[in-house]
Amino acid sequence: MTEETALQRVKFYQTGTHTVGNRLIDKGARSVQSSMDRSNAITSGHRACQGCGEALGARYALDAAMRAAEGQLVAVNATGCLEVFTTPYPETSWQIPWLHSLFGNAPAVATGVAAAMRRKGRSEVKVVAQGGDGGTTDIGFGCLSGMFERNDDVLYLCYDNEGYMNTGVQRSSATPPTARTATTPALGDAPGNVFGTGKNLPLIAMAHNIPYVATASVAYLHDLEDKVTKAMHIPGARYIHIMVPCPLGWGTASDATIHIARMAVESGLFPLFEAEHGEVTRSNKIRRRVPVKDYLAPQRRFAHLFKKGQEDTTRIARLQRMADANIERFNLLGERESP
Amino acid sequence: MLKQIEGSIAVAEAIALCRPEVVCAYPITPQTHIVEGVGALVKSGALENCEFINVESEFAALSVAIGASAAGARTYTATASQGILFMAEAVYNAAGLGLPIVMTIGNRAIGAPINIWNDHTDAMSVKDAGWIQLFAETNQEAVDLHIQAFRLAEELSSPVMVCMDGFILTHAYERIDVPTQEEIDAFLPPYDPVQVLDPVEPYSIGAMVGPEAFTEVRYLAHEKQLQALRLIPEIGAVFKDVFDRESGGLIHPYRTEGAETIAVALGSVNGTIKEVVDAMRDEGAAVGSISICSFRPFPLDELEATLAGAKHVVVIEKSLAPGLGGILASNVRMALREMAVPVYTVIAGLGGRPITMASLRGILEAAAKGRLPDVQFLDLDHGAVEREILRARGIRRSGPTAENILKSLGAAAVAGDE
Repeated sequence: MTEETALQRVKFYQTGTHTVGNRLIDKGARSVQSSMDRSNAITSGHRACQGCGEALGARYALDAAMRAAEGQLVAVNATGCLEVFTTPYPETSWQIPWLHSLFGNAPAVATGVAAAMRRKGRSEVKVVAQGGDGGTTDIGFGCLSGMFERNDDVLYLCYDNEGYMNTGVQRSSATPPTARTATTPALGDAPGNVFGTGKNLPLIAMAHNIPYVATASVAYLHDLEDKVTKAMHIPGARYIHIMVPCPLGWGTASDATIHIARMAVESGLFPLFEAEHGEVTRSNKIRRRVPVKDYLAPQRRFAHLFKKGQEDTTRIARLQRMADANIERFNLLGERESP
Repeated sequence: MLKQIEGSIAVAEAIALCRPEVVCAYPITPQTHIVEGVGALVKSGALENCEFINVESEFAALSVAIGASAAGARTYTATASQGILFMAEAVYNAAGLGLPIVMTIGNRAIGAPINIWNDHTDAMSVKDAGWIQLFAETNQEAVDLHIQAFRLAEELSSPVMVCMDGFILTHAYERIDVPTQEEIDAFLPPYDPVQVLDPVEPYSIGAMVGPEAFTEVRYLAHEKQLQALRLIPEIGAVFKDVFDRESGGLIHPYRTEGAETIAVALGSVNGTIKEVVDAMRDEGAAVGSISICSFRPFPLDELEATLAGAKHVVVIEKSLAPGLGGILASNVRMALREMAVPVYTVIAGLGGRPITMASLRGILEAAAKGRLPDVQFLDLDHGAVEREILRARGIRRSGPTAENILKSLGAAAVAGDE
């Protein structure tokens, strides 16, 4: 009996985590991260907080991108947590060519890198740009839209932790309604961030008819790697919006990052899907639906919705309706045939 | 080759001959003809191996240039006025990263009030960003400075801004010697970057630096400018060997031998100043002038040496530091800090106001007699200013200043007709 077939005969499923150990699945289906030849694009020793979703997401995304590009990768970084916690010497973490210019220009800088590579006869070198939600949905939005519109050969990765965490947890246009931030305090008649504001960058990206748009989550790392790998093999402008919980900004335990990220998806608040040329082509089905309330309750940024004896049922219901609308819109329970 | 050609188009042709690999374009008057010209050369195939990228803002234009330059491409863009303010953050960033981007400024005023015509406020707004700033006196020099700029930028690994007066130069048709490809290739070696994004040798560019090293990094930026003080004349000399004409350098003194009154200025107004100097010299007046070609780095020693015998220094500048007076004049005073010589500031040509020979002659004659105030606004309509001050004094809600000045001028013109 070979080692390979011995592995196949084990029928073990790690219940409760939705995670199949890499040793238990076919080699080809194992994660990039589990491979000995992973690139370690971001090495350990950086200064990210315990439980940082962004550090995890970036590590998986870039190692997958490195494998897809066969090591021929340049990363451009917007100002933000990722830039700050990975660069000050001697905590420099980048094992790949890496450029940081400004907060709001990463997509344009990446366009320039890609153009130069083409002209220098180095088309095999692929370009990834990355930023947080502030750098992407707010201050970098003009440059991002320009990069999309020109269909420049850049994969843009947005690590969305729903606020300006690097500067001390202020509201961004990706902050959800009712969330408490330093600039949307939990005070007054409408505590936290107000309803009816914010923008949905994946949908805006789709409106540019770019070849590939996807959402991903650090709770689904295989899926994240798959989407990055797929995107890396498509020419033109591509966008992946990755949910990365922030224990500091969200007020969650540092060991709960994956759990919280999973509930964002399972509640329907953060739908996982792919779109090509402006059309949704696939959505990840929710395996065990959870009420939005279960997602909100462990997070201190929503604590004002759960005061003892006066739970804010109105606002919780309104957030539930947002999740329900996503479930319907993206067919997250698989009740229709497609997507 | 001699051509009767618009300044912008001549510059576009010169840029193309420098074989840029990435050019980013965003329209703003009066630099548009330059990037349009380069774009047409790329589109027609005359300029090969060049990416011409139409971007969504000046901020993006310089940001694309930053990425391209960091990836090892020879990179060019152009802007003016509000455009340079919109890209200001990237202007500082390109210099801080030490990227040898060449950028033309078609100098134009900055609003409000919005104004598309020439002055130097745009270049002055980023004078301390760490870029080398060269000012062209003529369209021939604008062409030549761009060619020199690539060599200077790449030798120092520093960005260079070539300033040419909007409309006065950018839109003027005149005889220009546009170099041949052979001449430029003989002068300008291929770009060999000191730092480049390359998977073969990965490193981080643009890392965070704290108090432990920030001063040293900034000092080295200053030191690079001091190196440029040496390099700019050297490159000018090599240029003369190849192209057989004088262009560039730090300053251009004109009839300063024995001059007691010397005018100092940037850019195309020096042509008019020289005409006035000639006329006054013919009448026996001891006048001369200096055109400053390199504003950053600022040639303190050369100015001090050339102005050593002067009794009156008149700085004629197309920009204003409100609350202080002159920007160029303040810099010139630094050069003359060891000398007890009056340095007069003449604010002239703001927002395209013509600078006439008659007005300049009046200034130089008054200076020679020691009768100029510290700060003078050339051809200021004192009547209009006083009327507006009086009008606004009596009313709390006095309304917009610019509109009321225009109304007042209109009313005065009608009254004059009657």
